[in-house]
Amino acid sequence: MPGKLKVKIVAGRHLPVMDRASDLTDAFVEVKFGNTTFKTDVYLKSLNPQWNSEWFKFEVDDEDLQDEPLQITVLDHDTYSANDAIGKVYIDIDPLLYSEAATVISGWFPIYDTIHGIRGEINVVVKVDLFNDLNRFRQSSCGVKFFCTTSIPKCYRAVIIHGFVEELVVNEDPEYQWIDRIRTPRASNEARQRLISLMSGELQRKIGLKVLEMRGNAVVGYLQCFDLEGESGLVVRAIGTACTLDKLSSPAAFLPACNSPSKEMKEIPFNEDPNPNTHSSGPSTPLKNQTYSFSPSKSYSRQSSSSDTDLSLTPKTGMGSGSAGKEGGPFKALLRQQTQSALEQRGGSPHKFCRRREFPFFTLTAFPPGFLVHVGGVVSARSVKLLDRIHNPAFVGIMGNTRSYKLLDWNSFNSDEPETRDAWWAEIRQEIKSHAKALGCHAVVGYSESTSICEEVCILSASGTAAVLNPRFLQDGTVEGCLEQRLEENLPAGCGFCHIPYDELNMPFPAHLTYCYNCRKQKVPDVLFTTIDLPMDAAVIGKGCLIQARLCRLKKKAQAEANATAISNLLPFMEYEVHTQLMNKLKLKGMNALFGLRIQISVGENMLMGLASATGVYLAALPTPGGIQIAGKTPNDGSYEQHISHMQKKINDTIAKNKELYEINPPEISEEIIGSPIPEPRQRSRLLRSQSESSDEVTELDLSHGKKDAFVLEIDDTDAMEDVHSLLTDVPPPSGFYSCNTEIMPGINNWTSEIQMFTSVRVIRLSSLNLTNQALNKNFNDLCENLLKSLYFKLRSMIPCCLCHVNFTVSLPEDELIQVTVTAVAITFDKNQALQTTKTHAEKSLQRASTDNEELLQFPLELCSDSLPSHPFPPAKAVTVEKASPVGEGNFRNRSSPPCANSTVGVVKMTPLSFIPGAKITKYLGIINMFFIRETTSLREEGGVSGFLHAFIAEVFAMVRAHVAALGGNAVVSYIMKQCVFMENPNKNQAQCLINVSGDAVVFVRESELEVVSTQQPAANCQPSCTGGEVTT
Amino acid sequence: MTSELDIFVGNTTLIDEDVYRLWLDGYSVSDAVALRVRSGILEQTGATAAVLQSDTMDHYRTFQMLERLLHAPPKLLHQLIFQIPPSRQALLIERYYAFDEAFVREVLGKKLSKGTKKDLDDISTKTGITLKSCRRQFDNFKRVFKVVEEMRGSLVDNIQQHFLLSDRLARDYAAIVFFANNRFETGKKKLQYLSFGDFAFCAELMIQNWTLGAVGEAPTDPDPQADDMDMDLDKEFLQDLKELKVLVADKDLLDLHKSLVCTALRGKLGVFSEMEANFKNLSRGLVNVAAKLTHNKDVRDLFVDLVEKFVEPCRSDHWPLNDVRLFLNQYSASVHSLDGFRHQALWDRYMGTLRGCLLRLCHD
Repeated sequence: MPGKLKVKIVAGRHLPVMDRASDLTDAFVEVKFGNTTFKTDVYLKSLNPQWNSEWFKFEVDDEDLQDEPLQITVLDHDTYSANDAIGKVYIDIDPLLYSEAATVISGWFPIYDTIHGIRGEINVVVKVDLFNDLNRFRQSSCGVKFFCTTSIPKCYRAVIIHGFVEELVVNEDPEYQWIDRIRTPRASNEARQRLISLMSGELQRKIGLKVLEMRGNAVVGYLQCFDLEGESGLVVRAIGTACTLDKLSSPAAFLPACNSPSKEMKEIPFNEDPNPNTHSSGPSTPLKNQTYSFSPSKSYSRQSSSSDTDLSLTPKTGMGSGSAGKEGGPFKALLRQQTQSALEQRGGSPHKFCRRREFPFFTLTAFPPGFLVHVGGVVSARSVKLLDRIHNPAFVGIMGNTRSYKLLDWNSFNSDEPETRDAWWAEIRQEIKSHAKALGCHAVVGYSESTSICEEVCILSASGTAAVLNPRFLQDGTVEGCLEQRLEENLPAGCGFCHIPYDELNMPFPAHLTYCYNCRKQKVPDVLFTTIDLPMDAAVIGKGCLIQARLCRLKKKAQAEANATAISNLLPFMEYEVHTQLMNKLKLKGMNALFGLRIQISVGENMLMGLASATGVYLAALPTPGGIQIAGKTPNDGSYEQHISHMQKKINDTIAKNKELYEINPPEISEEIIGSPIPEPRQRSRLLRSQSESSDEVTELDLSHGKKDAFVLEIDDTDAMEDVHSLLTDVPPPSGFYSCNTEIMPGINNWTSEIQMFTSVRVIRLSSLNLTNQALNKNFNDLCENLLKSLYFKLRSMIPCCLCHVNFTVSLPEDELIQVTVTAVAITFDKNQALQTTKTHAEKSLQRASTDNEELLQFPLELCSDSLPSHPFPPAKAVTVEKASPVGEGNFRNRSSPPCANSTVGVVKMTPLSFIPGAKITKYLGIINMFFIRETTSLREEGGVSGFLHAFIAEVFAMVRAHVAALGGNAVVSYIMKQCVFMENPNKNQAQCLINVSGDAVVFVRESELEVVSTQQPAANCQPSCTGGEVTT
Repeated sequence: MTSELDIFVGNTTLIDEDVYRLWLDGYSVSDAVALRVRSGILEQTGATAAVLQSDTMDHYRTFQMLERLLHAPPKLLHQLIFQIPPSRQALLIERYYAFDEAFVREVLGKKLSKGTKKDLDDISTKTGITLKSCRRQFDNFKRVFKVVEEMRGSLVDNIQQHFLLSDRLARDYAAIVFFANNRFETGKKKLQYLSFGDFAFCAELMIQNWTLGAVGEAPTDPDPQADDMDMDLDKEFLQDLKELKVLVADKDLLDLHKSLVCTALRGKLGVFSEMEANFKNLSRGLVNVAAKLTHNKDVRDLFVDLVEKFVEPCRSDHWPLNDVRLFLNQYSASVHSLDGFRHQALWDRYMGTLRGCLLRLCHD
């Protein structure tokens, strides 16, 4: 019994009236953990009961502590009939299981009912006493910290970044169990919520085990998703980056720490034996140490003929042999997967990196200085799968028995099921890995995975950025981040990551290379696409902007394999077009690089939707993008010619206007300095992707545009005309507004503390009549543009302001419905200072980058993400805390109010960013990972679909805030709404919605409240991170 | 392409003051959009009508969700669903409970019953205030009335505590509740010239001096159990007022009173002769009003009587306000010199309040 969980129920308030006769409620509370239940006394006739219960004590093992949520049910006592449930609170006690996080959970929690929503609040206190258990065969992984943040969390220092961890668990979806036919919607929803909570806990525990086995102590960039596969079950999967983190206690302590490696570091971080068998398999946990069998019956294998479609479209680049000659050295990875393809044995990175782990992937998007050496480009892979129905007559979902939900019980009947899903993902990852290798890269950063499911077809997608990481950080047995080993001295400031990692004579695809415009020593591509945040030392000219490519493709309705084939055939065209759109729009903005690229392809009954979002910037190191040329097909027609030239002029004007708008004025550089262009100058793209349905069938799509010197758009039919038009219809945001989907907008560095996080959802119904691709595209385009316009309008009181981390998700819930969900944060910045900086921005950015690097070389804190005294923003000078605006939170925050869980409602900030402007995060309290279902059978009465969803999202925010406040926090960073599945049936007056959110609960302190002493650190110490913070942290 | 669903939810709830006003004024979404378009917002922001429509819908939805909480303002402070800065919460509450002068004049002193609620259509037509807004205002009156009706302690404090209103607004509500409780007639034609502010002023004086709550001598009365309700007039006091009748019934006393006043005011009053001529009438009027207050019916007609018996005679003789003040001061003070009169304290309690009220009522 290594843990004792103690719960006290204090009071309730604002309870609903359960007894119509007296207009009062006789409430009592059931506290349940695992199989143990306690009850409070009934508090008669009150809507604000004061139970003040004793401490309910649960003696449990730590495995259960990790898996199980604490379940609190508030009921109305009824003498004559069954007690009526008022609602429930699920509390994840994980944050109490590691030492640095919260010590107590105490506060008011909204009482939630899946049918009625929030019904009053309950005050609960939860504590855990953990006993040390040195059992090395333990199944729990208490103590491993989890962070959603995709960078090294502030106030921590990364000692070692170990690498990729992943896990998935599968279960039957309670909604599709036989018992669902006889139970109430409420019971079904609660079963689902509880199951997902349980599976999340289990998943986290298993990931934790893997991390411990890698000798790490934390997971950064933890991303957990669930796939509702309908009849075939429910998959909860997670990826993350295992790290060994050190808490930065004081600025003095952290510098020497870099110098003198701790004992921990001496241990080989990646032992040569990545065999998962080393983590002992107890009797109760299914470990995936079996050999994976790719059962062809389970995974849908595409016809080879269809893959020829790809080939006809694009010449296949010899991926397998392209760079084999260059890369010597045996690649002796012991991969747990037996279906290792030839790729693995052939390969071997120049940096001996890959041998350590199966997949050298990092979910991080921002890195400690010096970690990222070169960036190759975006690598992505998609795969279409058919979901199979699970046949498991042996399984009976016994309601009363909680353990029956556990995967392990169920799994024994379906031992091959998670492996199937695992194998699917392994295939995809394998492809990503090989793509990266083709780009001369040994690692993938900014890695993420996603799915889109429609009926029994599922598109699995993965993408990331191929990169070369600093080998010194990752060498076996050596001390990571040791001081004396500096970055390659010749690595130039602010442009190093742009330099090509591959061999220019043996390029994996045709590319147009030039000498770097910054250092003029190394080759750079003309355009760079990445999925990561803009590196903080990158030299950027002007400001960035959000760039989106939007695309719809009609598809015939089909069943099963035919459907999958149809989708597979469409995918390459979609990728191609999305990429072309991105390229055109980027050029139209006069920019040359994309960061934070996220391409989402969603599948519906009769169409596919593609939505790519990224932040365009002008990297000083890359060449100035060429313009867009329009060419007509019928040159003889005079009026047509005129029209073409008119269009051309419009495009040129737009480019010029955009350059002005985004302040892109690169210094003139004469050709001689740059040197002669490299032979065979060709437009090229860096997006390498493939579709494949089985691991051995790897195809590439070359998205380059042939041998064209400039970017030429041929207008040969109305389609092309539409394309050009759509290019020009994207309206820039109104003045005073900027937007980006990365953490921070390049070129803006004087944020105020006024932030507003929001979620906006829109669903449109397409008129089913004569739907064409063009009409669809236009509808979709309008939907997104109108949504953005609405956001700008709503947030106009925050001007000057930037929408950061704009995250669009598109889904096709039904035949003619398109749903777009946007979550972002609006941050106000100080205009005066912005003007000042922008005047001399071109020089400054270069200057800044070089200063950065100098500082960095003096103090190469390679793996220290952020020192304690560092502030993401220059203290106070631009921070107008009390700025009176109707929107912001800054003007009413009690400046010194400690985040406490008393009855007053404290302000809890939420942001998708990893930091809070004008404030310093002092403590991470643990991750928030919550899943809610809301259902209604009185849709009209609740204000229709909009009213229903509006209330639900507001409730979700409230529950997140309440949990954070109860943990003692005052903000959620890296907040993300991972899923928002909305279904409606207006005829039946019904609707249902599932929402999954996550983030890191933190305590922050306003910069203005920090002691003056701490803000005045030795300049050298503070400088790098201060200046770095201007771009991103 | 039709928008099925369109929502925006901020971590901090966005409140647009202009839209809130439109909502409170009872405009439909389409009317509100039209009014916003007319305000020139599209030109200022470069937005489209569709954007405005969506924005307005969103705000209206938020307000509808907030309305439930606004019915019990302390709930708004403690609820967790909407994160709203305190200053905005105060604004939401204050505006929600604000009322139109034109509307309140219509219902002031009426019973806040279903019957009155049925007449709201007529009030809406008459005042040009939308029916929806009339309903909100009426329901607010009624809600405040119901909550504080049975409560002990200061009426204003109770209202402030339960509805978190500003001092000014809480006082106004105290007046409304007081008038509704005592059913003072305010709708008569001859009272039309009076504003809500006039009545609220009188109500405050009456609450301070004429109610049970006023009996507890000091505000720091240590006995909170004392029956100190602010809403009902002190019945005993009203009974006692009969004793004042002697001032006009006793001829000697009346003459003495008159001579005292006239001596004191001679040469100081522009309308001295009119005063002298009218003194007995005026005094009779004022004392008879006091003597009649034992009957509920006459309590209701208090303001009508005051205007008929005092304000109108003064007005017809064109008394300047200052003369009215001088007269009333002298009129109340002189009673202290009447040796035969034993009810000095009672007189002061009556006349002190009435003097203030009459001065307020004397205008055009």
